Amino acid sequence: MTTDTLAVEPPRAARKPLSQWVFWGRAMVLPYVLVFLVFVLFPVCYGLWLARHPASYQKLFDDPIFFRTAINTVVFIIVAINVKMAVALGLSAFFVQKRWWISVLAAIFIIPWAVPSIPTILSVRFMLNPEWGVINTLIFKLTGLDGPNWLNDPTLALSFSMLMHIWKSLPFWTLILVAGRLAIPGEQYEAASVDGATRWQKFRFITWPAMKGLYLTSTILSMIWTLGDFNSVYLLTGGGPADLTHVLATLGIRYLRLDQVDLSMAAIVVSLPLVLPLVYFMMKRLSK
Amino acid sequence: MSRRISWRKASTEAQLLLVGIPVLLWTLIPVYHLFLFAISPKDTATSGRLWPEHPTLQNFRTVFYQEHFYLNHFWHQLFNSVAIALTVAVLTLFIATCAAFAISRMKLPGGRTVMNLALFTYFIPAAFLAVPMYKTMSVYGMLNNQWALILAMVTIASPYCIWVLKQASDKLPWELDEAARIDGASPLQLFRLVYLPLMVPSLVAVGTYALLLAWNEYLYAFLLLSKDTDITLAVALGNFLSADDSPWELLMATGFIYALPPAAIYYTFKRYMVSGLTAGAVKS
Repeated sequence: MTTDTLAVEPPRAARKPLSQWVFWGRAMVLPYVLVFLVFVLFPVCYGLWLARHPASYQKLFDDPIFFRTAINTVVFIIVAINVKMAVALGLSAFFVQKRWWISVLAAIFIIPWAVPSIPTILSVRFMLNPEWGVINTLIFKLTGLDGPNWLNDPTLALSFSMLMHIWKSLPFWTLILVAGRLAIPGEQYEAASVDGATRWQKFRFITWPAMKGLYLTSTILSMIWTLGDFNSVYLLTGGGPADLTHVLATLGIRYLRLDQVDLSMAAIVVSLPLVLPLVYFMMKRLSK
Repeated sequence: MSRRISWRKASTEAQLLLVGIPVLLWTLIPVYHLFLFAISPKDTATSGRLWPEHPTLQNFRTVFYQEHFYLNHFWHQLFNSVAIALTVAVLTLFIATCAAFAISRMKLPGGRTVMNLALFTYFIPAAFLAVPMYKTMSVYGMLNNQWALILAMVTIASPYCIWVLKQASDKLPWELDEAARIDGASPLQLFRLVYLPLMVPSLVAVGTYALLLAWNEYLYAFLLLSKDTDITLAVALGNFLSADDSPWELLMATGFIYALPPAAIYYTFKRYMVSGLTAGAVKS
């Protein structure tokens, strides 16, 4: 807080230089403010305006695909994120171990995050191809049976989309949680060892209290980001079969293609009561 | 006694390996599958072998010579990806650095509000903004114009960049600014001679972030651009899906080429990226 007291503006008497600082301050913040007005505020208002008719909501609620999408999205957010964060928490304990081969593995482990998602998603998509994909080829070779048509079953297809999402973003969150673990002083663990604490007790009474806040923030941030994850679903299943694996991120594009923009905006407006509290929570946390 | 310790040690190592091996397989299988396809001849790519009988670079040759219907504009699209990613990075750096300087170092009245607007934008899921952005660009008459994609990506990238740069700026010592002001430095001199040199590591992190974000973007690129000579490589890869009989081995070869530059950049600037990104999420 000492910085704030030093940051006091020059005394009022120096009128002229002060106005120069204010002028340049405004000029430098102007480009971003323009970007915000033209490409955030206007689109958001325009989108809300497009979704102004109650009839759009009526049509939206009458669309069975919307209902299915809402369930898919909730399942995606709750299952995929919690599995991912729990695994990331576990793996962070593995990656803080000091071994040369774990450092090498850590560098490899980050590949899914470092490479663009399209090629790897398409690679998995082809692995799952019922006729030529490597998985069914192997099943046939080993058992002589035809493997399932993986992406033609809505439950399996959505599960693979979730796995794809986890594959892509698990390294990032593991990295975050590793950083969190490294910040815990090692003496606490040594002291606990001397007292004969079990591994579980160390986790329960040292690691978890120290990581709780970070874990919660990461989970909520990941939820918000996952709502915007278009690629894992669109490029793997295309929303199919029969539009049964859409999530909110891909549903908007489906309505856009069907030339029903009002529905795509209405779908987003309907989800705002769930999204805005998360956004508010994150803003509170980060703007401190 | 010592035997018991070494036994325990071996058991710990075994447990670690029991985690490490599945992690390695889980990470590498999709990537290895991609690579295997890219170096397999067309007919044998799906044989399920661990290594192709006759590995070949023929697929890459076909891509480089643009010898397939899907790849007629490969070099052009690669150039589009590079040009758009670089422009986004430069514009984002400019906008975000200026804004962070004004908010953090000049204590601009209302700077906090601007920061909150940026944070709010950061937390709008990108896919939610996609349709309104598409409609807006059509109002502005910018559809099928590469500037539409560039500006959309700048919009998405800059909030996070401003936030990271502001966090880093706040940590710089105030005595430097005070000294510069007493010496009669103008705001621009302070910015150029004191601020920018001190911020280089954060600028590298943020610039790389914007560059990779733009290079990797698929959704906005495929909404905003459609002409074969306008689209980026990401959209071109997605277009392979439009037919059932797509040449998958060429898709994988192209995808491999497309994935290399960002991976190389990521590993080069990993040190900066990791500290920047973790700072972004960890602060709690």
